[in-house]
Parts: sequence; C-alpha cells; structure tokens
Amino acid sequence: MSPASVPRIVTSRLGYEDSHTLERYLSSGGYEGLRKALTMHPEQVAAEVDAVSLLGRGGAGFPAGRKWSMLRKGPVPYLVVNGDESEPATFKDHLLIERDPHQLIEGIVICAYAIQAAQAFLYIRGEFALGLERVTAALNDAYEHGAVGRDIFGSGFSLDVVVHPGAGAYICGEETALLESLEGKRGFPRIKPPYFPAAVGLFGEPTVVNNVETLSNLPWVMVNGSAAFTALGAGRSTGTRLFALSGHVHNPGVYEVEMVKTTFRNLVFDAELGGGVPGGRQVKALIPGGVSAPWFGPDLLDLPLGQDEVADKGSMLGSGSVVVMDDTTCTVRAAWRITRFFRRESCGQCTPCREGSGWLERILLRIESGSGRESDLDLLMDVCDNLSPGLAWPPQQTTICVLGPSIPSSIASGIRMFRDEFLVHVKDGRCPYA
Amino acid sequence: MPDPTVVSHHAIAPRAEPGAAVTFTVDGKEVTAPAGTFLIAAAEEAGVYIPRFCYHPRMKPVGMCRMCLVEVSGPRGFSLQPACYLPVADGMEVVTTSDKVRKAQDGVLEFLLVNHPLDCPVCDKGGECPLQDQVLAYGPGESRFVEEKRHWAKPIALSELVLLDRERCIQCGRCVRFAAEIAGEAQIDFLARGDTMEVNIFEEVAFTSYFSGNTVQICPVGALTATPYRFTARPWDLDQVESTCTTCAFGCRVAVQSSANRVTRLLGMDSDPVNQSWLCDKGRFAYEAVNSDDRLTEPLVRADGGDLDVVSWAEALSETASRLARVREEHGPGSVGVIGGARLSNEDAYAWAKLAKGVLRTDNVDAQLGDGLPAEVVLGLPRATVDEACQARCVVTLSGDLREELPVLFLRLRGAVDAGTTSLVEISPRPSELSALAAASLRYRPGELGALVDVLAQGGSGDAAPRGLDARALAAARAALAEGGDQGEGVVLVLGRPSLAEHGALVAEAALAFVRALPRAKVLPALRRGNVMGALDMGLAPGLLPGRVSLEEGRGWYEAAWGGVPEAAGRDTTAMLEALALGQMKAVVLLGADVLGDFPDRRLAERALDAADVVVAVDTFLSPSSARAHVVLPASGAHERTGTTTNVEGRVTRLGQKVVAPGQCWSDWMIAAELAARLGGDLGVTGVAELWDEIERLAPSHAGVTRAVLEGNAGRDGIVVPLPATPLPRPTRRPRPFDPMATPGIEQVERQGAPPRAGLAEPLGGEEPPAPLAPSTGGRPPMLRAPAHIDAPPVPRRDGYALLLVSGRRLYDGGVAVETSESLAPLAGTAAARLHSSELEHAGVPGGGRLRLRSATGTLVVDAHADDGLPVGVVWVPFNLGADSDSDVGVVLDAAAAVNDVRLETL
Amino acid sequence: MTIGHLSDEARRRAEELVALYPHPRSALIPICHLAQEQDGWLTPEAIAEIAELVGLAPAEVVGTATFYDMLHTEPVGRYVITVCTNIACMLRGAYELLEHAEDRLEVRSGGTTADGTFTLEEAECLADCGVAPVCQVNHRFFGNLSPASFDTLVEDLRAGRLDGEVPPHGTLVRVRRQGGLRVDPETVTTERRQMAEAIASRAEASGDSQT
Ligand SMILES: Cc1cc2nc3c(=O)[nH]c(=O)nc-3n(C[C@H](O)[C@H](O)[C@H](O)COP(=O)(O)O)c2cc1C
Ligand code: SF4
Ligand code: FES
Repeated sequence: MSPASVPRIVTSRLGYEDSHTLERYLSSGGYEGLRKALTMHPEQVAAEVDAVSLLGRGGAGFPAGRKWSMLRKGPVPYLVVNGDESEPATFKDHLLIERDPHQLIEGIVICAYAIQAAQAFLYIRGEFALGLERVTAALNDAYEHGAVGRDIFGSGFSLDVVVHPGAGAYICGEETALLESLEGKRGFPRIKPPYFPAAVGLFGEPTVVNNVETLSNLPWVMVNGSAAFTALGAGRSTGTRLFALSGHVHNPGVYEVEMVKTTFRNLVFDAELGGGVPGGRQVKALIPGGVSAPWFGPDLLDLPLGQDEVADKGSMLGSGSVVVMDDTTCTVRAAWRITRFFRRESCGQCTPCREGSGWLERILLRIESGSGRESDLDLLMDVCDNLSPGLAWPPQQTTICVLGPSIPSSIASGIRMFRDEFLVHVKDGRCPYA
Repeated sequence: MPDPTVVSHHAIAPRAEPGAAVTFTVDGKEVTAPAGTFLIAAAEEAGVYIPRFCYHPRMKPVGMCRMCLVEVSGPRGFSLQPACYLPVADGMEVVTTSDKVRKAQDGVLEFLLVNHPLDCPVCDKGGECPLQDQVLAYGPGESRFVEEKRHWAKPIALSELVLLDRERCIQCGRCVRFAAEIAGEAQIDFLARGDTMEVNIFEEVAFTSYFSGNTVQICPVGALTATPYRFTARPWDLDQVESTCTTCAFGCRVAVQSSANRVTRLLGMDSDPVNQSWLCDKGRFAYEAVNSDDRLTEPLVRADGGDLDVVSWAEALSETASRLARVREEHGPGSVGVIGGARLSNEDAYAWAKLAKGVLRTDNVDAQLGDGLPAEVVLGLPRATVDEACQARCVVTLSGDLREELPVLFLRLRGAVDAGTTSLVEISPRPSELSALAAASLRYRPGELGALVDVLAQGGSGDAAPRGLDARALAAARAALAEGGDQGEGVVLVLGRPSLAEHGALVAEAALAFVRALPRAKVLPALRRGNVMGALDMGLAPGLLPGRVSLEEGRGWYEAAWGGVPEAAGRDTTAMLEALALGQMKAVVLLGADVLGDFPDRRLAERALDAADVVVAVDTFLSPSSARAHVVLPASGAHERTGTTTNVEGRVTRLGQKVVAPGQCWSDWMIAAELAARLGGDLGVTGVAELWDEIERLAPSHAGVTRAVLEGNAGRDGIVVPLPATPLPRPTRRPRPFDPMATPGIEQVERQGAPPRAGLAEPLGGEEPPAPLAPSTGGRPPMLRAPAHIDAPPVPRRDGYALLLVSGRRLYDGGVAVETSESLAPLAGTAAARLHSSELEHAGVPGGGRLRLRSATGTLVVDAHADDGLPVGVVWVPFNLGADSDSDVGVVLDAAAAVNDVRLETL
Repeated sequence: MTIGHLSDEARRRAEELVALYPHPRSALIPICHLAQEQDGWLTPEAIAEIAELVGLAPAEVVGTATFYDMLHTEPVGRYVITVCTNIACMLRGAYELLEHAEDRLEVRSGGTTADGTFTLEEAECLADCGVAPVCQVNHRFFGNLSPASFDTLVEDLRAGRLDGEVPPHGTLVRVRRQGGLRVDPETVTTERRQMAEAIASRAEASGDSQT
C-alpha cells in the first residue's frame, strides 16, 4: 500500500482549521466510537483493544490491552493519560492535543469505560499552553454534550476527567514520575517493585497510564473494528503510527504512516513525507526513536518502521521521532547537546545519573571545544559503562528509571560510528565543523 | 491525619504475610528470612554486609544512592539490583562479590566524588565518614575527574543548631526523609533537581524541629553538622560509653562521647523498644550543661546571715547533719522534708530514701514538684510498655503536649499512627502537636475532666458532656475506643498532666474512672522529669517504700531491713511547702529541686524558703532555690556516674560514666551515706553495685533483676520491672552488630575498641547468664494497687467573669538544663498567652495585645494571641518561660487549688 | 487561618482546584501556576499560602516547585522567552539564534533585561520541531525563527501588538474548566462514592455472570 492510500486513523481531521471544535468533531463521525463502546460490555471493549495489539505509543511499546488486563482487581482504578511529551524531537502528541482534543477525550472515555475507572487525569505538558486551553474548552463542550460527566450518553456510566498541567520537567513523562507529579510532588520516578502502576499507581490505587496517541486510536478501533486495524502493519506492529520527523529534511513534520510497510527511507525521502535531505547532502546518521535511542547509520535506511524490526538492530522506535543528521553535522556536538539535555533533566535521585550525566557532558564539551585528550574517549566509554553496564540495548540498569542508562546511547553511538571525528577534535584542538 | 500513601516519598512493596519465611542464597550460602524483608537487611542478618549510603534501617528505602547494587537472579539471568528495596523471594540467588558488582559499586563511589569537595582534613566527619571509609576501602586510587566541581556558598545555618555544607552533600535524602517521615515536620527538603539538587529550608522558616539533631547523626558525610560539636573534637580522640539520657523520663539510649574529660557528643543508640536510634535536641545537646563553667564544684555554707562560703566536705556535712539533727530533735522527724530526686540515679534515690525514711524517719519526701500525679496511682495502675502503646488499637492521651514533654515518645506514637496500627484519642484542654495525629481531640475546660471521661468511657449520655464539646469528635473518640474492646484490652492510656493549673488529683481520679470503665486497659505514665519513675520506685514519695510498696504494707519488711521506718504517711511537695511556710515544718533538703522555678506556685515556694530554718540543697548548679540554701552540696550529674535509671514504662537501664565530675562533686548516694553516718545511722553500703544488690534483694518490684541480668545480653535494652510471673524468654538471636552506616560515629569509636563495645552483645553461649527467672516474691510485701478512688479537691463553680488558666511545659524552658547549655538557652521562648479570639474581643484587645492576668496569688503581664483551637473560657500560658522569675505564670498559680481562675485586665 | 496573599478570586479558584482531586496535595502544581498568574512568579508569601492550602510544609512547596522549570521562585521579566536549542532546533540554527537573542536583548541566557521586560532562557525541546528553530514567549509558540523574525517578534512584543496572543507571564490557561461532576465538595464525595459503588457492583455482577 502506498502511504497515501492508508487510512488516517488519528490524523483524519487535521486538515481542517477548526479541527479542535466539537462541531467539526461531530460532523466527522466524532463520539460514534464511544456510543458504540457504551453498548458493549466493558470487558468486550477491552477484548477488542487487546485483539488489535495496540502497542503503546509513549515509548515503551507495551500493548495497551495487556496493560489493562494487569489491573489489580477490586479497587476502582484510575486512568492517567500521559501527555507530557518531552522527549527531544518528539512532537506528535502536541499535535493531537492541540488539533484534535475531542478524539483524545473520546479515547479516554472508551478506555475508562473498558477498565471501569471513575476518574481520569490528563497530564499535559505545562508548556502546551494552547493545548491546555483547547483541551479544557473541548472538555467543557464534551461535558455539555454528555460525552463526559454523569451518565454518559444515558449509559449510566459516569466519568470525571481532570486536566492537569505539568510544569516543565522531562522526567515527568516517565510514568511513575508522572504519578508522583500528579500527587503534587517532585517528579521522582518511583522505585520498582512494585513494577506496574496497574498494581500500585496513583495514590496507591491500581492505575492505567497510557499515552495520548495510544488512546487517540481507540475511537477508530471502536468504529472500524479490530480486523480493520490489524489489517494494517505486520506482526506485533499493527495499525499506523505517528512519526515526528525533524532535523535535516525538506519537510519536517508529523506523518501518520502504516507500520512495518513503511521504511525509514520512505519517511525521509518520499515526496509526500520528508522530501529528502536539503541541498543534496547525504544522511550521516539518524536517531530512530527519540534521543534515548542509539543512532543508525544510512545503511539502515531501508529498515521497516516496526517495533521489533528496529529493536533487532539494537535501537528502538521509542517515542516515534526521527532526527536526520546530514554530513555537515558535528556528531561530537550532537552527542554533547543530547547529553546536556539529560544532565538538565536528570531528576537527581540516582547517583550514576545525577553525577554521570554532568561528568559526561563536561568531557564532551571539552572535546568539542578542542581541549580533549585521546584518553577521554575510553573514559567516556567507561563512564557510560558504569551507567549502563555492557552498553547493551535494551540497556542494563543501574538506576531507578531508564533515563540514566539512556544517556550513553548517543555517546556510545557517536564514538562507535564516528570515532575518527572525535579524534580529529582532539588532534586539531578544535571542531572541524566550526 | 494525612494519608500515608500521599505523604510517603515512594510507594514501597507491600509487605508479605507475617510469618511466611523464604529461603534464598547469598554468595552461595543458604539464608532464610521473613518474606518481604529487604535483601540488604536479610543479608546483613546472615552476616553479609552490603555497602550503602541512603538506606537507613529505621526509614523507608528510597534507592537513591545505588551503592547497594548486587547481582540477583531473575527470569532473564542475573542483573544488578538494589538490595535496599528488593524484597527477598524464595529461590533468589544473590551474588555480592562478583567483578560486575564491584565495578558497579566502584562506579557509584567515583560518581559520588565527582562533586564532592574532598575537604576531609577540615571536615568534622573526617575519620568517621562512611564515604571516606568506603573510598579508602574500595574506591579508585586516583580520580579521573578533572573538570570543575559544583560550588555552593559555604555552610549555611539551617537553624541555631544545624549547619549545612551543601558541597559535601551526597543527596542520599536521609535528612529530608527523617524530617518528613519520622519527625513529620518537613522543614527541609530537596530543592531543584539533577546535579543542582540541594537540601535546604524555605527561606522564611528555619529547621527548628525538636528532632533536628538526628539529621546530623544520620548524615553519612560532613554535610550536616551541629553547632555544639562542630570543630570540638576529632573522631579518633573520642571514646564513649553506652548510657541512658536522663533529660526526660523516656530513657533514650545514648552513646556518650568525650575527649579530655569533656563530653563532646551524644549519639542515639538503636534501642528497639525505646528510642529506635532517635533523640530529641534537648537530650542530645544538654550535655553542654555538664561541661558548663557554672557548675557547682565545692560545698558551700552560709555564714550567719551572710554569703555562701566555700568549705570542706567534712565541714559541710557536719554542718548539715547538726542542723537537721537539731530540727529533728526539737520538732520531731516530721519537721524535716526532702523535695526532689528525679535527677538522681536509682541507687542514689534508694540511698536518699533510706536516709530520709530509715534514718531521719520522716515520710515528708517527694520527688515530684507538684506537677505530677499521686504516686500510688502512677505506680499502682497496670503499666503498659511503650511498645504495647504503639501496638494498641487505641491510645488515649490524657497528658501534656508529648512533643514538648517526652519528645521521643511522641515520635514513637507518631510512627504508630503513621503505620496505621494505632488510632489516637487526645484529651486536652488545648491543641497540641498530637492533635494533628489524633483520630479525635477532645477539648475540655479545667474541672470538666470527670464529666468528659464519663461520657467517653463510661457511656454517660452526651447531655452530661462538657458544654461546647464537639459532638463529632466525641463520636470519633468513642468509635476509636470501641476498637480497643469492651474491657479496654486494646487500649492504652498515656497519663500525665494535661495542665499544671488543674489539680493532679482531678486527673488521677479521671484516670481511675477510665480504668474502672475499661478494666483491662493499661496505663503508660507520662511524667516527664528525668528519673522520676525511678525515684518513685525507690520510695521518694510520701507513703511509699522502695519497690512500689505502701508504707503500711512494707513497714515490717523495711523495719527489719532498715531498723525503722516513719510512723505515718507524710506530705507531698505542696503540703510540705505549705507546712514550711506556716512554720509547721522547719527543714527541707532540696535534692536537685529548684522549687522557685519549677514548682507551679512561685509565691508559696518563696514563702516556704523564707520561713524554713534549714534549707539544704544538693545540686549541680546554684539554682535560684539553692542560692537561698544554708548549705549547698555539689553533686555529680549526668555522664559522671554509674548506676541505673528507670523510664516511664518501668524499664531499668544502665548509666555509663564518661567523665569525672568537676571539682569536689560527690555522688548523691555518697552524700546520703556520709550524712547518715553523721546522723547516727548507717546506710550499710559502700558502692553503687552494693546499692543495686540491696534494691534487688528488698524491693518487691525489682526482684530477680540482678546485676548479672542487667549486664547480660537480655539486659541490653534494659529490663522492665517488675519481671513478669512467667520467665522472660531467653534471647534466641544475637543482636545484630551495629550497621556502621546507621549512626556513623558510634561504629567508628567502636572499631577503635573503646570500652564497653557499643551495641555489640556478648556472643550467646556458655558464658551467657541464665535467662532471668520469674522473681520469687516469698516474704516480700505485696506491691501497690491503685486505689479505686482518690479524693480530689472540689471544683468551685465557675466565676463568670474569670477565665480558667491552663499551663504546661515547653521543651526549651527556663530550667537549668536549657539555661546552662549554651546552644539551647537562646531557644527558650518567652511566655505569651493564648486564648480564643472571642475572649480577646471580650477583653478589649481583638487580635491580641498585652494583658494583665490577675489571680488570688498574684498578677502577670503577658502578650496575648488568638488561638481558636482553645475552648472558650480558658487562657493558656506556658510554664517556666518568664523572662525573669516575676514574669512567669508561676506567680499566678495556686498549686493546691482544684482549678485556677484568672481575670483579664487591659493595661 | 487565611494568609491573604492570593486574591479572593485566585483563592476561590485554588479551592476549586483542591476539590478536583482525591487529595489536596495534587493541586499543588496547578495552584502554583495560579499564583504565578497573579504575581508572575512564586513569591514567598504565595508559597506560604499554597502550603497552607494543600496541607504541606512551605519547604515542601519550594522543594516541589523548584523541581519544575516553569515555576519561578525569583522574579522574571514580563515576557519570558525560552529558546529551544535541543537537537532538532540545534540542527537548524538554534544556537546562532540564541546568540542573536542575547545580543539583541543585551542579556545573557538566564538573565532579565534591565527594564524587566524580557527574561531569556535556553529551553530543552519544546515539542514543535516541525518548525525549528522555535521559541516560546510566555509559553506561546513561535516557530521557523530567523534573526530577522526574532527581531520583529521582540518589536511586536514591545509595542504590545501581540497582547491578545501572548498573555502576561504566568498565565497558563485562559479557558476555565466548567464541566465536572462536582458542584460542591459534599456532592462530589457522594457522587464519587455512588459511582464507585455502581461500578463495583456492576463488576461483581458481570463477574458472577461469567463464572
Ligand atoms: C525518561 C522517560 C520519559 C518518558 N517520557 C514520555 C512522554 O513524554 N510521553 C509518554 O507518553 N511516555 C513517556 N515515557 C513512557 C512512559 O513511561 C510510559 O511507558 C507510557 O506513558 C505508557 O503509555 P503507552 O503504553 O500508551 O505508551 C517516558 C519514559 C521514560 C523512561
Ligand atoms: S535514572 Fe536519573 S532520572 Fe531516572 S530516577 Fe534515576 S536520577 Fe532520576
Ligand atoms: S540505593 Fe540502596 S542503599 Fe542507597
């Protein structure tokens, strides 16, 4: 199937100026999925979602249906929606929140119905001021319309949705840090065990945490059925997925493409997608799934955009962001900038992450600015190894959450793929690209 | 009560079913531990010590430092896991010594040093620093870190007592966790994040918690230091003994450290049934008083009508003896009295009881200063231990503010409430720190206690409840109490003095009524002063003899042992002072008792001292009262003596001598023995050990508590007297050696072999003394049982124009311990009155202002503030906090009155 | 006891926020935003009052607030300009833009202009990489920036031409929540309980029907 003929599951309304309004939403089939879901038994709804292998779109790629089935039985669970999108170069949830809030709300209500939650919290990255306004307005309308609140569409099911603004901290995207933040605390990821919020989550109660994009798929799944969804993609990677494409491409932006059937090359080069690298320059490296992911070289451009396919090559699709670096890019600088990000965003709990991120950043900056030593390369690798023993992917963890062990990704990728470039910095005492 | 899941920093794995045991291996060795135990603790129990920084055995784990990583088997092979919060599981294989583990731990140490200033030579912690030790033990030889370190402004004062050097901080969070989790006062927290994260206070609120010193104790580096200790000693110059803090009656176990015969530091020892390693700041820092230059060092005798002159002991003793003998001869034994004794050890108190009752034959003896409760009630009610209180379904506090009076008992109860095991009912005329923890707080006006207990415990109808009692609170309190069972089997009453301005007999009678209604409830006394419980046990109370025996029932036994006892029951302190004032008594010995400052009726105390023919003071300081004595005998104080002390639950623990008393101070028992000799008696003892042997032999309550028992393994945490009828269980497990990280300074000293070895028990085996047997009571008189009722003075009808006075103690007061401790003295506040805003309006000072309180005994001018937590009709003024003696609430208090009325006047 | 730093309106909204959550502490961050809407930053007075509103010690409020980049415990300018320099923007000239901004505003990143109009900050990825390089002004996005368009932006801000689009610093959400299950806290509690009970009994019934 060519990209153009694939149904648009979560972006169908984005062409309209008024895509965020209830009027537009209703006129384009909005809340039909919910109406249908409400006629079904909650467990049937959950089963339908389980059947489509909807891999979580937040980064970890855990199937949504499986996650819901892990809820500790008994207490009424909470639904928490992860709209904290802060992974560098990821900007797809941002789009969904601002441009199609009703689709998200509908997805939330469907999920809440399936798991029988009574209250849902929509945690939205604080910097999304417009998104927060749009979602709040949409919620007001949805309450008014009877799609949220008491006795939704006369079904007897009631749900309260609370929009909760974040306040600027990347780590609050990690689901347990998000829960802490939602409880009004510092965003410190929780220690595990307990491993899953499904057992002990918000306020100690069983909780489902799902990403904005994950839930935005639900209305379509309800209306079109699981078969239509699994007809797209292949293997575990079913349906479509949003990819945020950025860096050295003609048309940076968010694209909904069919999973597995599309390759990195399609994404970067197809005219209706990325449109290629400007100035006829070459792809030097790409970051396949957010800055936590190890880099790929141009040799992997033909790899399909599938969760397992990418994992097999030692990286991840992660948050669905692809950064293209062309041959004018200084990879030392890129690695430094990414490490600097982790230094600024480490929550500070774990010694290796708190101290290691800063140490690595300072070494990289020293190399980039021309004061590096050859031995610094081994030092970098060894410090990385102390953060993530064996430097394997998925990483071995010495820390509470995976932020720490993700720090080495770009550094190890940089040194492994472009060792010479690092050495030139050392030898010349300056950045060759400056 | 805040919801614990919301307050806690992290969700922790729910503990497994109690009783279930799991088996796993550590380095190939098979280990069994209760399910749910954290690996770090289970391994330690099995003799494998896993390094750590952030984990503290008395706090919830947070897994922040990552020092405890070990390899643990899992479905996907071995992986590095933090031992501090991983619950052990059946079949788990743990490796703590592999190369991978060592690399991870070395890596963490190296990371910790990235921003650490390595200023060990100028750091207080140098020499006892776990970071330093571990780096020396495992760390990399040379730092690979060449970049610029993080810089912070040098030490900042978090409070008057605690300084913070942020550059040294390793972000283990122990201090902030202690403040939030244990003390419940989150005055310090982490600020910012990542590698800019620092511990700090909110700029407007200092770290004034009464428990702040604990954060210094548990800081694993030199980031937190205490002003009294800072730069006073190097760890290698210190040596230590184990002892018990006698600043209040809770009896926290401490390690007392000294250098060059000066006490330099107290560290809390981890005694599971008592303080669980915590101390309050007053207990921790009041050692400054011991070192004070103002200590009495020589005997003093007043020249006729003149000044106190230094004399020899021989002269002072014969002067004392002849004066007392003369009075006794001329006016009879009842004309002599002894007030005080809570400062004394058990042995000292016994010697003084024997001197007073056996030699002088006066029963006018009272260790309580009118601020306690009738001794026969305190000693005669079925006693609860602290652990029993913390495990009771319902704890009822009928006491002063425990955080002010018995701070670590407050911590223990707070922990119990926080853990959800206990619900608390507070009965008090005023809001206190307990109120926030309580399932229900019942407010009453002085005089209404009987009615309140009636509706609460005896099913009295709500109509009879005190006017204005919150019906919801009453219902909640009744519900909480009902949880404790019909007979009160799950109920513990914490019994002290809710107010010093309400007669103790009223409180005692209310307590008796409570126990009549719930006969299986137990009582934990909340008397606060030093070794007051030991003093009462030793007979320093009217009508009593050593061992919780009444004068009448013990008469034969002690006549035989001592050669004689007083003829009739004597007076308590209030009655003694009245008798002195009226000339019915002529002589008084003040045993460390400053009646002018400490007795809740200053005018009466003044009249009594003025009128007395003979005032003898045995003291460590020249207090306002001892300054008016005819003879002053300098006594040795805390950390200068051996012996035992007894806490509120009746736990007898050993005192360690760390320093030699200054000048010519003598032990109190020696003074008693020498005086006895000069009074024609003979105490028949030449040392503390003999005194204890005699106590064990004679006192019914102490039967079986031999020195061997006290000094053996079973006595490590002290022995609660009396021994139960069934033998104490023999300890089955050797107490764990000290975790060098739990309280760094203790371990360090121990490693140097300073005797006695802190916390390390003798190995179990042949030498272990036999487990204590149930005492044979043959021949001994029976122990007291509390009377069914006691006479309380009638409560007068309330005067509609007056307010009822409520008063109580603050931790930092005008007492000797605080005043003579340089660091604590500035912390004592000034007395300000609090009343309901409607009363302030009535008085014509809405919003607060200066007021005069007038009572039958005097007037007092204070600032008044609004506090709507107080019932209408009362005024609260803290006791012993006056800027000078005439501005203390003691001047308007009448200790003999049932309740104290005061009128408000604007100025 | 009310401390009275927050305006009556802000206080009322804060109390509404508290009522939205099962535990008051959850409202901490939303209330911090509210206090910033009033003062532009978190003043010590506001911190003390927030602590009282959500039942925490003030140290916990600063401790939490300082964890988050958007909450300021020091005064900031009328316009807080945050320039993203993270990887996607960096690849498209963000550092050059930041340098230009520093020159143009005559202030180093992290500082506030002498007249108190602008605070310039370097941001981590703002999730608008499709139009890199980007910046936010008081959390409103401006993308595809060049030095020239940045200058125009600054001029427009100075001249007040963007007042409709860019509210004063601290204003996060201009739309007020209207829906909601709750009218007053009592009703909320009852509603919540009824809903939970209904769900529980339904779950029980469905469990029964399946077994
Ligand atoms: C450091 C870190 C940052 C994360 N940030 C985000 C994020 O911004 N948005 C998100 O949806 N998930 C993020 N995640 C993943 C979440 O922890 C979680 O897996 C996800 O929200 C679950 O939703 P899903 O199953 O629908 O993907 C992050 C994870 C980590 C470790
Ligand atoms: S790995 Fe880093 S971000 Fe994650 S919990 Fe540890 S310190 Fe925080
Ligand atoms: S992480 Fe386990 S002791 Fe610190």
